[in-house]
Amino acid sequence: MKSAVIVFPASNCDRDAKVALEAMTGKAPAMVWHQDSELPPVDLVVLPGGFSYGDYLRCGAMASQSKIMGAIKAHAEKGAAVLGICNGFQVLTESGLLPGALMRNAGLKFVCRNVALKVEETQSAFTRKYDSGQTVTFPVAHGEGNYYADDETLDRLEGEGRVMFRYRDNPNGSARDIAGILSEKRNVLGLMPHPERMVDPVTGGSDGRAMFQGLIEALS
Amino acid sequence: MNMMIEITPQIVRDHGLSPDEYERIKTLLGRAPNLVELGVFSVMWSEHCSYKSTRAHLKKLPTKAPWVLQGPGENAGVIDIGDGDACIFKMESHNHPSFIEPYQGAATGVGGIMRDVFTMGARPIAMMNALRFGEPSHPKTRHLVSGVVSGIGGYGNCMGVPTVGGEVNFHRSYNGNILVNAMCVGLARQDKIFLSAAKGAGNPVVYVGSKTGRDGIHGATMASAEFNEDSEEKRPTVQVGDPFTEKLLLEACLELMATDAIIAIQDMGAAGLTSSSAEMADKGGSGIELDLDKVPQRETNMTAYEMLLSESQERMLAVLKPGREAQAEKIFRKWELDFAVIGVTTDTHRFVARHKGAVVADIPVTALSDEAPVYERPYAKREPVTGAPSYDKNRPVLASLEKILAAPDMASRRWIWEQYDNSVMNDTVQLPGGDAAVVRVHGTNKALAITTDVSPRYCRPDPFNGGAQAVAEAWRNLTAVGATPLAVTDNLNFGNPQKPQIMWEIVAGIDGIGAACRALDFPVISGNCSLYNETNGEGILPTPAIGGVGLLKDVSKMATIAFKRQGDVIILIGETRGHLGQSIYLREIEGKEEGAAPPVDLAAEKKNGDFVRSLIQRGLADSVHDVSDGGVLVAVVEMALAGGIGVSIGQAVTPDAIAFWFGEDQARYVLAAPFDKAEKIVAEAGAQYITVAELGRCGGDALVMEDKNRVSLAQLRAAHEGWFPRFMAGEEIPVTN
Repeated sequence: MKSAVIVFPASNCDRDAKVALEAMTGKAPAMVWHQDSELPPVDLVVLPGGFSYGDYLRCGAMASQSKIMGAIKAHAEKGAAVLGICNGFQVLTESGLLPGALMRNAGLKFVCRNVALKVEETQSAFTRKYDSGQTVTFPVAHGEGNYYADDETLDRLEGEGRVMFRYRDNPNGSARDIAGILSEKRNVLGLMPHPERMVDPVTGGSDGRAMFQGLIEALS
Repeated sequence: MNMMIEITPQIVRDHGLSPDEYERIKTLLGRAPNLVELGVFSVMWSEHCSYKSTRAHLKKLPTKAPWVLQGPGENAGVIDIGDGDACIFKMESHNHPSFIEPYQGAATGVGGIMRDVFTMGARPIAMMNALRFGEPSHPKTRHLVSGVVSGIGGYGNCMGVPTVGGEVNFHRSYNGNILVNAMCVGLARQDKIFLSAAKGAGNPVVYVGSKTGRDGIHGATMASAEFNEDSEEKRPTVQVGDPFTEKLLLEACLELMATDAIIAIQDMGAAGLTSSSAEMADKGGSGIELDLDKVPQRETNMTAYEMLLSESQERMLAVLKPGREAQAEKIFRKWELDFAVIGVTTDTHRFVARHKGAVVADIPVTALSDEAPVYERPYAKREPVTGAPSYDKNRPVLASLEKILAAPDMASRRWIWEQYDNSVMNDTVQLPGGDAAVVRVHGTNKALAITTDVSPRYCRPDPFNGGAQAVAEAWRNLTAVGATPLAVTDNLNFGNPQKPQIMWEIVAGIDGIGAACRALDFPVISGNCSLYNETNGEGILPTPAIGGVGLLKDVSKMATIAFKRQGDVIILIGETRGHLGQSIYLREIEGKEEGAAPPVDLAAEKKNGDFVRSLIQRGLADSVHDVSDGGVLVAVVEMALAGGIGVSIGQAVTPDAIAFWFGEDQARYVLAAPFDKAEKIVAEAGAQYITVAELGRCGGDALVMEDKNRVSLAQLRAAHEGWFPRFMAGEEIPVTN
């Protein structure tokens, strides 16, 4: 599996994503600058966490307008995989690749803690190596992770099996405890928790490994 | 501002300079200074920049060891951590701005200390902070806690550097003068360390980062004066931070540093362009000429005075090798940052600034550095407070324990540290809540342990002992995770040095730090002094905060505070005399701040600590906690809560239950180990004449004392975790402390 990590100004989990991908796939991902207009030939594009453009205006809003986004939309359009983590998820909702929006946390404070998540759906390249209903632990670290969409959209996401992860103990007020959702074509995943911080037992755990293993299996 | 304005005694006073200092300036220049020059002198000779009250005493600190690559005097200190790797760190205060505007004050404190570290070529890998607030019932305290915590988080989180720990105290002496000390730890290769010496003439001086505005003018002077009721009027001198720009500046600087274009580089911190350029010329033995018209400016019609004294954030000054300007500019443009060649180094040994065709300042470089005044300020020695306080020996231990676990100085800090991203960079091995934070050296199996410590309540009754205790506790906290302590940074927060009783606290505190650092082979490699921490004449408790760093050669040989197995034997290492003077127990339960502070026996610290570390490194102990605030029982309960395993403990040994369980004798550790290992530990301790006692066993889901008194872990956890969130929600305002 070949992968690329997009680097926006003030992305700050780009190295974490790179290290996790390298550890899991054995190959370093391409690091793609936001001002590039083309992607290298890759199976997976990762939009990393961080504070692209300092979270100014709205989280992810400015990054969603950057030059590389055209190529990412085309990549998603043809059904290729895109993974947006934390700020990456915000960029995906801002650019319309995923529905809904991420608002300020209900507690109005930044929240960093390990959270238990329920794996809702295993029908995707991202979740195929998990068991349905399994509980996994990933850290969250965000100030704006409160997922919002209108009831009709939420019903549709649930009806189509596109809610992939739910919080067991909602840290941010997200609608229906939603932590991660999938696109209609089931190739774009956005989630607030950080699976890439859970691939090494020394630094906290290994529950994130199955996501990358699933991607490798499905995309290689 | 008219440069030709006549310098009156009032103007001199407004610049924080004494009449004697003004006379000295005239002698050094051979003429009267103009207003711009007066401004330059006022910041360079401010306490904040010149260390004029402390310099003579700081010289006494031990700063050398075979592993010290760079001691005090640079932007930060550097130590050798093996394999060609270097660890670069420093702690710095942002006290005065944080009291006036807590969010921006704390945020720019974080930004400033990060720049000190990455200007030397290091990537910051961990942040710590040591915070002191007024009593919880003071009307400003919650506002300040909330602002400072979100400021630290707002800046550090955006930078993508994990904030991995720190300490927080509340005390009425900080009601009008909080302390915000931030520490940054970075990593570099030993052959890629950048210094600030601008050697050689004819080299381009380049300005990179944000544009210069009118913010923060005279911040360094403000930080060198006491506060009074009008201090809020000083709000315009607080700088405004932009972590987004700093993140770009970090990446751009590291990218430039990967080339060989740089001769010297320094961040523009306190006193901005003036101090960075003058210090670089001074260290390089050169001169510097600046053309202020070329400085990128955020506002129109800025004067030379404003540009030289602005403390706008996120700016760096670098001296490049000639001809490398284009290469450097390309990198900074890629990161969408300002880049301008604003001057040149010279061989004149003079600091010269031009603006609109005229020379607006022309000062010998040494007048701003070596010739700055150094004061041997008079001090009034006082004897340490002695004596043991009285207390009610019949109070029930468990009820007091519960109260102490929920005391403002003891309650869980989760409310704070969950607002900091502590796992970004994917190398955090130990999260906040233990003795020391542990962060892996990226791509290796070794790790750095980091801690910040000081017990201000010990420092007022006995400043020497308090300084030594702060160092000893930092050393102990690093030891307790299994690390070899290597070096410290000190952040000396005191009151007005012109008062002899305060100057005594400074002198004795520094001497105490020096004694402990020498005894523990734990040199001081960087630091910062923050004096004049007074409001309306009331000084803070002396607060010499110590930031310590240690090395774990193999991160798999590490201890944490959590109990790990049912049935483990709980062992206390070190001698317990039951010292309750100045203890948390005495303050929280008896309502007294009395008696002698606990004595510090540095030989015992070293012996006990070296023993505990060897147990961890040999795999004999993996649950270890140092005994500090609150005493042994609090340490045991913290271990139980962290591991979710209860404990059954026996009788107090000596001299009575309260003194045994809550005394704060130093040089002690609590360990837990399986029976066979515990036997070995006890035997080894005995053979080395180290005091050791068995306290009880791990098991169950409660704390059980002497088989009869019982309190569930859930109840203790509720007490420990509950106070901070309730306090910040305004539900609980505790009584004055």
